[in-house]
Amino acid sequence: MSINQQSATIRIELTVNGREVSLEIQPNLMLLDLLRDRLSLKGAKRSCDLQVCGACTILVDGKAVSSCTYLAYEARGADVLTIEGLADGNTLHPMQQAFIDNGAFQCGFCTPGMILAAKSLLDETARPSEEKVKEYMEGNICRCTGYRKILEAILDAAGRSGGAPVRG
Amino acid sequence: MDEAVALLGRYGDDAALYAGGTELLLAMKEGLLRYGNLVNIKTVSGSDRLGYDTSTGELHIGPAVAHRALELSPEVAARFPLIARAESTVANVRVRNVGTLCGNLCFAEPHSDPATFLLLYNASAEVQGPAGTRTIPVEELAVGPYETCLEEGEILTSVSVPQFAPDMMSAYQKFGYHQRPTIGLGVAIRLENDSVAEARIAVGSVGPKAVRIPEAEELFLGKTVPDVLSSGTSVLDEAGKMAAEAAQPMDDLHGAADYKEHLVRVFLERVFAEAVGAAPTAQRSAA
Repeated sequence: MSINQQSATIRIELTVNGREVSLEIQPNLMLLDLLRDRLSLKGAKRSCDLQVCGACTILVDGKAVSSCTYLAYEARGADVLTIEGLADGNTLHPMQQAFIDNGAFQCGFCTPGMILAAKSLLDETARPSEEKVKEYMEGNICRCTGYRKILEAILDAAGRSGGAPVRG
Repeated sequence: MDEAVALLGRYGDDAALYAGGTELLLAMKEGLLRYGNLVNIKTVSGSDRLGYDTSTGELHIGPAVAHRALELSPEVAARFPLIARAESTVANVRVRNVGTLCGNLCFAEPHSDPATFLLLYNASAEVQGPAGTRTIPVEELAVGPYETCLEEGEILTSVSVPQFAPDMMSAYQKFGYHQRPTIGLGVAIRLENDSVAEARIAVGSVGPKAVRIPEAEELFLGKTVPDVLSSGTSVLDEAGKMAAEAAQPMDDLHGAADYKEHLVRVFLERVFAEAVGAAPTAQRSAA
């Protein structure tokens, strides 16, 4: 959803999943729309459109943001990571593998946002406590309520990178 | 900053000051607000400055300082632990990465943590506009829901937060089932010879704006902690009633006004107990 009046376009350059892109955009374009409609990256989902649910979570310079309410213009010069860019070739990222191994999905709609939020947590705190994981992930909603498995997957991934032993 | 003030003057009603955008863009997407121009305060050099001035004992929060910067700053954690803790619970991590404290105050959404806990510190707001600069208490910044005392073209350029005295004990708690708090309540207490020598109480989110409750604060003076917490005391009941009245609870999606009056009384006791390090009190029924 774009906002308000249309005006002259502007050109922005940014890196998306390691690839440099240069695009002509409306200044009111949201980053989620740029990713989904202009770059056909459908991993980030629109759900609440209010920054509450986390389905549109992506990383901008390593920071988790809600792309539904983040101007594409603000990503100029930034390094954007979506779920499509997380694996290394055919090798899944440890967080993706941990989600598979722990069966941490049901419908899968929240999964891209969950995995990217969890990655940003471990990038910041390699060995978070269970409490810290719960606090950090509070803003990512799983409408299927599969939270226990998601929590286990994140703690599992933290364990693999030298963190605390897996619980649950 | 002069340029930002000039731009706001030039575009008038067709421009808004823009920082994190976590509130502004939401309102614009919904069509509730329409602006042809956003003046991006983040491009003003030094606007993301977060610094502690050792000579004055004040924390200075620039207009582009995100909630997350306050949450993660070692300086804030060491000298303003209540702020670091409260900031770590604002909205969710994505909003904290982008949204700013000053933007939160300027949007004047009644359900706001910073608007409430800053009152405990007697924080002040520096404002720059076409007529020059002025300093106002944060308590006077918001005048009601989504409304501040800022004049046309004025910009909140910094929030200054004086540090508590070393022996001040403080706590802030919030409660609610929505993204934004239904109630936020803070207490700061200083004892001398076991009696309360200074009390500060701030209540927010339940009414049109966050407020201090001086008349309730006075009731605590001279009392000991057991005086306040012992069963049968009237201090908490009386203060709770005053606080509930002064906060002007409103009916909204978070609940009815009388429910919020009840919450004020309950949280006054809980937060006071936490501030003074007392064991959690049995949750008494409403006064």
